[in-house]
Amino acid sequence: MALRQCAIYGKGGIGKSTTTQNLVAALSEAGKKVMIVGCDPKADSTRLILHSKAQTTVMHLAAEAGSVEDLELEDVLSVGYGGIKCVESGGPEPGVGCAGRGVITAINFLEEEGAYDEDLDFVFYDVLGDVVCGGFAMPIRENKAQEIYIVVSGEMMAMYAANNIAKGIVKYASSGGVRLAGLICNSRNTAREDELIEELARQLGTQMIHFVPRDNEVQRAEIRRMTVIEYNPKAKQADEYRALAQKVINNKKFVIPTPLSMDELEEVMMKFGILEEEDETIVGKTAAELATA
Amino acid sequence: MTTMTREETEALINEVLEVYPADSKEERAKHLMANDSSLEKASKCITSNRKSLPGVMTIRGCAYAGSKGVVWGPIKDMIHISHGPVGCGQYSRAGRRNYYVGTTGVDTFGTMNFTSDFQEKDIVFGGDKKLAKLIEEVETLFPLNKGISVQSECPIGLIGDDIEAVSKKAAKELNKPVVPVRCEGFRGVSQSLGHHIANDAIRDHMLEGVEKKEGGPYDVSVIGDYNIGGDAWSSRILLEEMGLNVVAQWSGDGTVEEMKACPQVKLNLLHCYRSMNYISRFMEEKYGIPWLEYNFFGPTKIAESLRAIAAHFDDKIMEGAERVIAKYQPLMQAVVDKYKPRLEGKKVMLYVGGLRPRHVIGAYEDLGMEVVGTGYEFAHNDDYDRTVKEMGNATLIYDDVTGYEFEEFVKKIKPDLIGSGIKEKYIFQKMGIPFRQMHSWDYSGPYHGYDGFAIFARDMDMAINSPTWSGMKAPWLAGAEAPAAKAVNE
Repeated sequence: MALRQCAIYGKGGIGKSTTTQNLVAALSEAGKKVMIVGCDPKADSTRLILHSKAQTTVMHLAAEAGSVEDLELEDVLSVGYGGIKCVESGGPEPGVGCAGRGVITAINFLEEEGAYDEDLDFVFYDVLGDVVCGGFAMPIRENKAQEIYIVVSGEMMAMYAANNIAKGIVKYASSGGVRLAGLICNSRNTAREDELIEELARQLGTQMIHFVPRDNEVQRAEIRRMTVIEYNPKAKQADEYRALAQKVINNKKFVIPTPLSMDELEEVMMKFGILEEEDETIVGKTAAELATA
Repeated sequence: MTTMTREETEALINEVLEVYPADSKEERAKHLMANDSSLEKASKCITSNRKSLPGVMTIRGCAYAGSKGVVWGPIKDMIHISHGPVGCGQYSRAGRRNYYVGTTGVDTFGTMNFTSDFQEKDIVFGGDKKLAKLIEEVETLFPLNKGISVQSECPIGLIGDDIEAVSKKAAKELNKPVVPVRCEGFRGVSQSLGHHIANDAIRDHMLEGVEKKEGGPYDVSVIGDYNIGGDAWSSRILLEEMGLNVVAQWSGDGTVEEMKACPQVKLNLLHCYRSMNYISRFMEEKYGIPWLEYNFFGPTKIAESLRAIAAHFDDKIMEGAERVIAKYQPLMQAVVDKYKPRLEGKKVMLYVGGLRPRHVIGAYEDLGMEVVGTGYEFAHNDDYDRTVKEMGNATLIYDDVTGYEFEEFVKKIKPDLIGSGIKEKYIFQKMGIPFRQMHSWDYSGPYHGYDGFAIFARDMDMAINSPTWSGMKAPWLAGAEAPAAKAVNE
């Protein structure tokens, strides 16, 4: 099987890292060889696999050693649960330097050092929620991730973010092979959430690849810095991630998305009652003005 | 070719613009004019200080070049840190020949390159700590420095390094000026914005808190002479000879103390208006110190300028000016007598930077030469206002001229001499046209002052009347007609 490179995007706090690690654990359980590349200065993309607080990152090691050229692959690559290879790009504290450049430097280093060896079946890039600059688009440029999964929930801002990410994919899809592979709904238990995300997926020209229900078992595993797959393999939630893993393995639906206009997106939200129709007559009116009106 | 009429000049502009795409043609047309000396406001006829077109060969520099290379760099007793990757500092090191007195590496640092030498990790994690460390090391290794400036290269603006905070802290610890300068190269359309940013940094960090002082009655400063090839030295001796007391001269061969001494002067003498008018205007507002532009190229302009300067002072200084003019007059007459017969009637085209495209016209005229075309890399409207008065009617004026335009103009106008920079030099020399670099004086100089004029005249003669030009034609083609030469080449 040829190496498949996948990137996980989505609004900050939506559960990208948790979903990615549980998915990857399930893939590993199914016999796949997987690597996770964390592309977030917070470096929390591999903690559930490694049972660590935060993995030492490529950029921090490079800073200590002097430059990235002074590093060896084994310095930055850790192996955790199920033989999953883990790397964190790392980056600066908030407010200084350039985190985007850190991602670029780290991924270039991994490529040059041959981290993407032929035994691997999957590489997953877990990318910072807010794609703030070109650096965070690095994983979807030429010869990197070909499949993008967007983690989303039935909340308004999560859907806005998903649509914006789809716009980014269109830009890179026209010049390279990157495709949208599906939406992963990480449920927040909002009303008719599955239908809503199905509808969003349809309008984006993609699929809701799986609906991951909300389950406190995930949090119980997280406290122990474990995936559900490892912590409680018999749990119902573990089966959900296994189902997601199988769907990813068998996924053939890779599309250039058709992002929605702002009006279209709001129309979908209004249809499902998470956005009320705007009353244009009250725009720019103060409380006092409205009281006298 | 003989002097062109307005119609001919305009026809030439149109002909040269013909090859451009429509939008480029429209844009470039605004930057080219046939001179009209009667104009009060040149902006009616020429547009300047606009972004260069992509795809043309522009000669412009960047904001970093304007600040580090021009305004700050020559302050000799300060250490100027090129903050960012190594190239900007290293490839501009010592390039402008700002002469100075002092022991380099001990009490002066003009030709040295200090850089934070950014690596990947500095981009990713920020360079603030490295900058703080660098300042500390600089202080240990070069304790006689009188201050430090931090010249931002492009990446600093992108990653948001807080150089102001680092500088403020260091200034307090060292009890010396540590000046952050936000002159990232991508700012503005040319080096011109870098001059402005650098002037603002002088205002905010060198003159901040400096009160007006009572100086001597004849105290003056020389601002905006960069002492290229020693220009400032051959200028200040004239001022001193006429009885003035030059207490500050910067930034060429300048010092921190001289910058801070400016508030005591009676008059700021401004040589390069473009790069230093901002700080001169500021001192006028804050301290009530008038400023005066002067021109020390060629005896005619020097005499005019000396008299204009003296008019700000009493009879003693006015007599001093006359005495100086009279003293040098026979020497200048000897220079003119020697070179004018060799140079008379020769036509010159110029394309330079801050003030020279207008200031050197008089010096050529003193030698009987005529400037038939001139232009600036990074001028603003006020520079062209001053230029139209110096140039003959219907002569060609070009702003931010492109490589193509300049070559075509030269082919048509066929000047006897071109004065421009290193990037133009070899192209025109290979076209068989005598050339002098008017940025670096071709490693000669000084050209300012009476002493400078003698060297200027000699250099122009050397360029134009060099026997090289008679050897331009291959011996086997001697006597052959031009078409034959073409056939051989094909």
